[in-house]
Amino acid sequence: MIGADPTTAFGIYVHWPFCLSKCPYCDFNSHVRHAPIDEERFVRAFKREIETTAARARGREVSSIFFGGGTPSLMRPQTVGAILDAIGKYWGVADNVEVTLEANPTSVEATRFRGYRAAGVNRVSLGVQALDDSSLKALGRLHTAHEALEAVAIARSVFDRYSFDLIYARPGQTPAMWTEELRQAISEAAEHLSLYQLTIEEGTPFFDLHAAGKLRPPDEAIARALYDVTQDVCTRHGLPAYEISNHALPGAECRHNLLYWRGQEYAGIGPGAHGRLDIDGIRHAVATEKRPEAWLMRVEAIGNGIVADDLLNSEERADEFLLMGLRLREGIDPQRYAALSGRPLDPRRIAILRDEGAITISTEGRLRVTQDGFPLLDAVVADLAA
Amino acid sequence: MSDELQKQGTPPTANIRNFSIVAHIDHGKSTLADRLIQITGGLTDREMAGKEQVLDSMDIERERGITIKAQTVRLKYRAKDGKDYVFNLMDTPGHVDFAYEVSRSLAACEGSLLVVDASQGVEAQTLANVYQALDNNHEIVPVLNKVDLPAAEPDKVKQQIEDVIGIDASDAVMISAKTGLGVPDVLEAIVTRLPPPKGDRDATLKALLVDSWYDVYLGVVVLVRIIDGVLKKGSRIRMMGTNAAYDVERVGFFTPKMQQVDELGPGEIGFITAAIKEVADTRVGDTITDDRRPVAEMLPGFKPAIPVVFCGLFPVDADDFETLRAAMGKLRLNDASFSFEMETSAALGFGFRCGFLGLLHLEIIQERLSREFDLNLIATAPSVIYKMKLTDGGEIEIHNPIDMPDVVKIAEIEEPWIEATILTPDEYLGSVLKLCQDRRGVQKELTYVGARAMVKYDLPLNEVVFDFYDRLKSVSKGYASFDYHLTDYKPADLVKMQILVNAEPVDALSMLVHRTRAEGRGRAMVEKMKELIPPHMFQIPIQAAIGGKVIARETVRALRKDVTAKCYGGDVSRKRKLLEKQKEGKKKMRQFGKVDIPQEAFIAALKVDS
Repeated sequence: MIGADPTTAFGIYVHWPFCLSKCPYCDFNSHVRHAPIDEERFVRAFKREIETTAARARGREVSSIFFGGGTPSLMRPQTVGAILDAIGKYWGVADNVEVTLEANPTSVEATRFRGYRAAGVNRVSLGVQALDDSSLKALGRLHTAHEALEAVAIARSVFDRYSFDLIYARPGQTPAMWTEELRQAISEAAEHLSLYQLTIEEGTPFFDLHAAGKLRPPDEAIARALYDVTQDVCTRHGLPAYEISNHALPGAECRHNLLYWRGQEYAGIGPGAHGRLDIDGIRHAVATEKRPEAWLMRVEAIGNGIVADDLLNSEERADEFLLMGLRLREGIDPQRYAALSGRPLDPRRIAILRDEGAITISTEGRLRVTQDGFPLLDAVVADLAA
Repeated sequence: MSDELQKQGTPPTANIRNFSIVAHIDHGKSTLADRLIQITGGLTDREMAGKEQVLDSMDIERERGITIKAQTVRLKYRAKDGKDYVFNLMDTPGHVDFAYEVSRSLAACEGSLLVVDASQGVEAQTLANVYQALDNNHEIVPVLNKVDLPAAEPDKVKQQIEDVIGIDASDAVMISAKTGLGVPDVLEAIVTRLPPPKGDRDATLKALLVDSWYDVYLGVVVLVRIIDGVLKKGSRIRMMGTNAAYDVERVGFFTPKMQQVDELGPGEIGFITAAIKEVADTRVGDTITDDRRPVAEMLPGFKPAIPVVFCGLFPVDADDFETLRAAMGKLRLNDASFSFEMETSAALGFGFRCGFLGLLHLEIIQERLSREFDLNLIATAPSVIYKMKLTDGGEIEIHNPIDMPDVVKIAEIEEPWIEATILTPDEYLGSVLKLCQDRRGVQKELTYVGARAMVKYDLPLNEVVFDFYDRLKSVSKGYASFDYHLTDYKPADLVKMQILVNAEPVDALSMLVHRTRAEGRGRAMVEKMKELIPPHMFQIPIQAAIGGKVIARETVRALRKDVTAKCYGGDVSRKRKLLEKQKEGKKKMRQFGKVDIPQEAFIAALKVDS
C-alpha cells in the first residue's frame, strides 16, 4: 500500500475556473475573462459552498486538498488562505494534510509561491507541458521552456513537494526526441512527474484541426513506442509509474489523486467541480454549475452550486471502481468489485486477459494491469466491465 | 336486400359468383377489393375510413402493399338484370413465395379478375398466377387499373396481355380503383362474364377445406367451399383426410365482418367452427363430408406447401430464447408452412433452424418476430435442401451445412434448380443477364413484349436465396419483376466453405457453395468481417477455407495504444459514461473464443455479394 490509509482518506477538490488564455488542447472547465475578477465575491461563495457541503458530509477528517483549474495560480494567496481557513472551520483537517495547487510555470506566478506556502499550500503541480519552445507555442502555452524551468527552480526552493506535467505524443515527436526531453525533465524533477499522452478532445481547437487533417499526432505504433520509452526511462531513473500517467519516488505519490483512483470520498467545491460522497450508505456523484458567474449566483441564492446529485447504482459504482482502480499499478481487489456490483468479474474474460498478458493476479489476490496491458488500459477495462 | 336473401336460405347457384383477383404487387388488387366492398355495402363509409386495404389485416401486409394470407369476403349485389347476386371474393397473395395460397384460393373459385396496371403492364408474378388460374379452368376478366394516370397506355397493355398470356383483352374493363371510376362495370362483368358454380343441393355434403386459422375468440376457424349438399349448424361432419369427426358449432361468412347463418349451400364459400383444438388438426385441401353418409370419393386436394429455404434464427440477447420459441409457436398457429426446430450454435448460442416457402416468407417471418414480439434476431445464411448420395449407397437430404457429412463419405451432391421468369425494361437487360450468368444461370428464352424483355433462366436455387432479389432490384432500379418455380435436382460441384475467426470455424457462417463461386464469396465475406470486427489486443486472422485449404485471408490488426485520458478534477462520471457506451457495444457482440464479434459482422458477412 502506498499513501494515506484508504479507510480514512477524504479529499477536497477546489476548482478555480479562470485562465489567461485557453490552450487549444484543453477541454477542462476554464474561462478567460477580460475584466478583473471580483475575488472577494468568489471567496464568499467558496466559503458558503464549503459550509453547505460540510453540512452534508460531516465528521470526515480532510487528508488532502487540491486546487485545480483553470489556473489556480492566478488566485491571490489570501484567496487560497481564506478557502483553506474555511475548510478548517467546517471540517477536521489531518495534521499531515496534503495541499496541492496547480500552477502555471511563469515568472509572474512564481512570485506568489511563497504566499501560497504561507497560506498553507505544501505541494505544487506545475503545468510545464514541454521543454522546447516550439512545442510550447504549438500547445498554446504562454511561457517558454527557460521560464518554466526557472519556475520549477523556485518551486523547489519554496516547497518540499512539487511535481510537473508534460504532454507527449505531440505532432512530430519521435521516441528519440522524447527520451531526451524526459531525461532533462527527470533531472529537474525531484519526486513526482505526470506524463500525459496528448488527447484530442471534442470541442477544442485541436479537435477541429485534427478533423481537418491539419494536426497529425503520432500514429498508434509511435504512440506505443513513446509510451514504452516513458516507462523505460522513468523506471531506470527511479520514478516508476504508480498510475498510468503518474510517476513518483515510492512514498511521494500524490495522495489526493490516489483517493480518486481508489474510489474514496471527495467533495468538489467551485464551478464545475465534481464530488463523490457517501451519504447514508449511498454513493452520490455530485457536480456543480460550470459557468463561473452562474455558479456564483446559484451559491449566493441557495448556498451551493450543485446541478447534478446522482445516486449511483451498484453497477455504476462498480464501473467507477474498476475504471479508476485499474489505472493504478497496485490494481484492485476483485472481492471489492464483486461486493459493489453484486456479481464477480467474468472468469472467462479474466482468463483471456491473463493469457494475453494484459493482467495478473497477485499472491494477495489483487488484480493488476501489467506493463503490457497498460497501453491498452481502456480495452482491458471495457473487457472486464462487459 | 340482405334480409330477403337470408329468408330464402342459401342462394341458388345461378346467383353465386366466386372469383379471385390476380395482380402484381402495387397494381391495385387490394384497392379494387376495397372499392368492391364499399360499393356493395360490406362496410359503411365510416368503417372504411382511414382503413386502406381492409382485407390486408396484418400491419406488415398494409405496409408492404402485399397480401400474405388469403382472405375471403362475401358481397351482395343487385345487378342490372334486377336479380340479387352473392359474390365471394377470394383475395390472394401476389408473391411467388405464397403461390401455394394462391392455388388454394383459385381452386375454390370459377373465375378471376386479372388486374394489370395500365402504365406498368404485365409482370412476372402476374404471369405465374394467371397461368395457374387458367390451369384451374377459370374464366378471366382483364381489368386495366390506373387508366386515369397520364402514363397509362391501355391499348399497349391490352396488346401485351393478348401476346403474353394469350387471352382476349378487347373487352378489358377500364378502371381507376383509387377514384372508383369503372368499378360498377367490374361488378356487372362479374355477373355476366364469370360462370356460376355448379353443385347439387340434394347430394351428400362435399366441401373443400380451403384454409384454417386460429382466432383468439373462436378457436380454429375453417374456411370451406361447398361443392355439393348443405353444411348445417349442429350437424356432424367428417374430415376425410384426417378421419376426424366434429360437431359444427358455427356457420357463416365474412362481409368482411363475420356473419353467422344456419347453413351454407352448394357453391357457397364461408366458415365453420367445430371445437377443433389446433390448426394442425386440419389439413388444407381436405374433403369435408357428412359423418353418417360420407361421399365415396375425396376431392383431389392440394400438394402440401413444402419449405424450400432454411436458415437459423438466433436471438441477439440470449435471454430472449424462450420469448422467441413462444413467438414462433404463435406464428406457426396460422402459418403451417413455416417450420422450426431448436438449433445450437457455438457462435450464436441457442436458436432455431427454420424452414420457409421462399425468401420473402423468410423476411416476413423475421420481420413479424421483431415487430410483433419485439425480438432482435440474427439470421444465418439461407440454405436450400441438398440431396447427397453417400459412398455407402445411402442418400440423405440436408439443409444445414453443419449437418454435412465428411467429404470422403459423399459420392455426389445434388442441388435444386428453378426456372425463373424475369421481366425487365430493355435498358436493364444487360445487367439482368449478367446477374443471372454470374449466378450460374442457363438462359432458356429471351423475348420482347413491347419495350420489355422477358427472359427465362434455369438457375440453382442456392444462388437465388443468396441476395438475388436485392441484386435484381438494384441492377434494374426496381423495375424488373421476378417469378420462379422449382424444376428439378441436378448434380453440382458444391463445397462446404467455412469462415475461421482466430483459427476457429464460425459455424453460423458455414455454407455450401459452388466451387467456382467459393473464392469470390469467401473473399467478400472475410473483407466484410475484417471491417466490422474491432481491433483486439492481439491480431485476428479471418480466413475462408474449404476443408483444410485457405482460399481467402484478412487480418484484424492488434491494438497498440489506447489514449487513456487524464481525469480532470475527479470527473469520473464522464469516464463512466464512456465505459457504459463501450459496454453497450460489447452487449451487441458475440464472444467467440477470445474474439468479440459484433452482430453486424454476422449480418453483413451473410449479405455480401461477390
